[in-house]
Amino acid sequence: MSARLIWIPFAVALGLLALAAWGLYQPADRTVRSALVGQTLPAFDLPPIVPSKPGLATAQFATGKPRLLNIFASWCIPCVAEAPQLLRLKQAGVVIDAVAIRDTPAAIADFLARNGDPYAAIGDDKTSSLQLALGSSGVPETFVIDGRGRIVQQHVGDIREDEVPGLIALVRGLK
Amino acid sequence: MIAEAGLAALWFAAALAALQLLLAAMGVWRSAKPALAEASMTEDLMRAVRPVAVVQGVLALVAMLLLIVLFVRSDMSVLLVAENSHSAKPLMYKIAGAWGNHEGSMLLWVTILGVAGAAVALLERGLARPTLIATLGAQAAIALGFYAFLLFSSNPFARIDPAPADGNGLNPLLQDPGLAFHPPTLYIGYVGISIAFSFAVGAMVTRDVGPAFARAMRPWVLAAWIFLTLGITAGSYWAYYELGWGGWWFWDPVENASLMPWLAATALLHSVTVLATRDGLRAWTLMLAVVAFSMSMIGTFLVRSGILTSVHAFAVDPTRGSFILALLAIYIGGALLLFALRVGTVRAGTTFDFVSREGALVANNLLLTVILGVVLIGTLYPIVAAGFGTQLSVGPPFFDKAAGPVALVLIAVMAVGPLLRWRRDSAQAAIARVTIPIAVTGVVLIVVAATTGGIALLPLLGLALSAGLAAASVAPLWKRNLRRTPLFTYGMVIAHLGIAVSLAGMASDTAFTQATLVAARVGEPQRVGPYLVTLDGVKPVIGPNWSAIEARLSARRGNDGGVFYLRPQSRFFSNPVTVTSESAIATRWDGQLYTVLGEPDAQGRWQLRLWWKPFVTLIWLGGALVALGGALSLIGRLTRGRRERGRGEAYA
Repeated sequence: MSARLIWIPFAVALGLLALAAWGLYQPADRTVRSALVGQTLPAFDLPPIVPSKPGLATAQFATGKPRLLNIFASWCIPCVAEAPQLLRLKQAGVVIDAVAIRDTPAAIADFLARNGDPYAAIGDDKTSSLQLALGSSGVPETFVIDGRGRIVQQHVGDIREDEVPGLIALVRGLK
Repeated sequence: MIAEAGLAALWFAAALAALQLLLAAMGVWRSAKPALAEASMTEDLMRAVRPVAVVQGVLALVAMLLLIVLFVRSDMSVLLVAENSHSAKPLMYKIAGAWGNHEGSMLLWVTILGVAGAAVALLERGLARPTLIATLGAQAAIALGFYAFLLFSSNPFARIDPAPADGNGLNPLLQDPGLAFHPPTLYIGYVGISIAFSFAVGAMVTRDVGPAFARAMRPWVLAAWIFLTLGITAGSYWAYYELGWGGWWFWDPVENASLMPWLAATALLHSVTVLATRDGLRAWTLMLAVVAFSMSMIGTFLVRSGILTSVHAFAVDPTRGSFILALLAIYIGGALLLFALRVGTVRAGTTFDFVSREGALVANNLLLTVILGVVLIGTLYPIVAAGFGTQLSVGPPFFDKAAGPVALVLIAVMAVGPLLRWRRDSAQAAIARVTIPIAVTGVVLIVVAATTGGIALLPLLGLALSAGLAAASVAPLWKRNLRRTPLFTYGMVIAHLGIAVSLAGMASDTAFTQATLVAARVGEPQRVGPYLVTLDGVKPVIGPNWSAIEARLSARRGNDGGVFYLRPQSRFFSNPVTVTSESAIATRWDGQLYTVLGEPDAQGRWQLRLWWKPFVTLIWLGGALVALGGALSLIGRLTRGRRERGRGEAYA
């Protein structure tokens, strides 16, 4: 064994230790980022669920104005908790479209009457097909869509009060 | 009072470890100086090391036993007990709870370290004395670091005031007989490897590397390796039946952490044989001894620091992580530095041809090292990737594809190796000796490919090679007087056969498992493999510290088989609040029917997961055979060593 080769194990060990030390002091990032960020919305065309509002189709996006796509259901309790935050977003001028998951017209009308109505349009997704296409695993979830119909952010779970200003800033910054 | 006594025992043990290190260092230093070597003080120093090592081990054991007493008595004024135990827990899990947490498991770690050191001090007779003393010094140095870790950052005996009325309970997944045995077994293996490490350090310090050293080290490596094998096998079976996912290996970072020392120890076991028998591979054997224990410590670090996400990570605490990392840097870095400085002075051993027993063992070592490298890279890669801003996890697709083919080549080498002669062999004669195994492999390959149709390549090759390996494994016994065959040859045969059996189980499970997930109505039969499984109904049941929904499934093989019942449960624990699924498994000679009860839906249907896993039991049966082979080998070596020593003394 040559004199230099002898040092290889020592060098490898030092490298491993440096890596471990670095991994230890790096603040661990456990957020799971959506693989859909940067992708265009899948093609869909959902019928309306309540007579007073239009349904939802891909064509309504990519109109040059950024929008939020909120996935909700009348049977979902965190969605009730989220409703005030959505109303504040609407007041700030953010357009919010929605998809109702596995729901009925009567229940949705009741939900909107109780909790307020922040939505511009609500699509009826009886089979969760759009939800699955979006890689969303539950309700509520909110997607930020830019003016060209691309997904900018996937927010899993209900939007909390302290997250509202950030979302407003994000939407206003988009083209 | 008990907690304070335990803490005192721990402090005394740490002080003795420091003394042991000091005495050993002075003794070895003086004995290397010709002017001082004969002085009576050198003699006194060396003589003092052994008893100190024994008492240190006993004190560590006392501390561990006192901790167990605290858990059994549910002394909630001790923080660790309050956080991890509950008075309503069954006794067995109170005892097991003592090591089912960070501090307790680290105490178990130093206890085994101390007891292993004491065992070396008491039992080891084959090693030159300066080397033995240096070995005990190295063992004390390792122990000292881990005592410091316990005393300064993970005190298991800390009190809590005011004491809570009752404890938080133990994670229900860990409330299983498997937990009572799996961690201690694995730890004995992990920490047992420290002996090999200390031997290597001792031998490097005194420049005493040769067959005598290898013969002295071999039983210790073998013993640690047996426990590692058992620990991994038991852990795999625990994950299989307790998690309810139907799998037996998930390439979880902590599973990898136990596999890596096993791979290194397996390589070490084979290279130490070359060193003992043929005086070859000196530097490599030292290197492997260092690597094997490094992998054990890296395993501890990965589990305890929380830098990788895993089911086994108890404590996510950077302070503790830094402490272990510093220990790692001192021990691994120190040993490799010593290796680099000293290995130049280790004379090259005897050389050999490529086609020879040694050649096959070198190939075995290289292939095991490659697999070890693959597992290490796969385990650490997420940290590297995070450095480049990419978030990823490395899972079965990588490990199966990267390690699988190498493992199959290793199996082929394993089949041929024991049939080769030491030093030099002719390729033609060697091929003649493996004709039958090759024929068996070919026949099985053709028969399986023809009869099953369309199974994946890797499991197909796995099945064929396992048959060939089984044939080759027993070949060393062919035409031999079975009574006069030494026990360690039987050990090798059985261990290799165990690998074949285990491989057959893995390949069969991968290729032939049938799974179905259904929403079952009561009375509606479901088909899985050769079985018809019917949900008869569900009912609530009550256990010592849980309540559960239990399903009764009646299963029947084909149309005329007898009916038998399975009772999978969905268990609810209130301390802490957790739901676990208890799978129900029916074992038959040709496989297992594995059933898990899931959630009900609104229409009164129950989610059922059913698997038929042909010959899956062979995986663990094989693991047990490997360990049995190791045990026979160990007994064979020990009895022969004693006999030879007896003869040597008679001649002297």
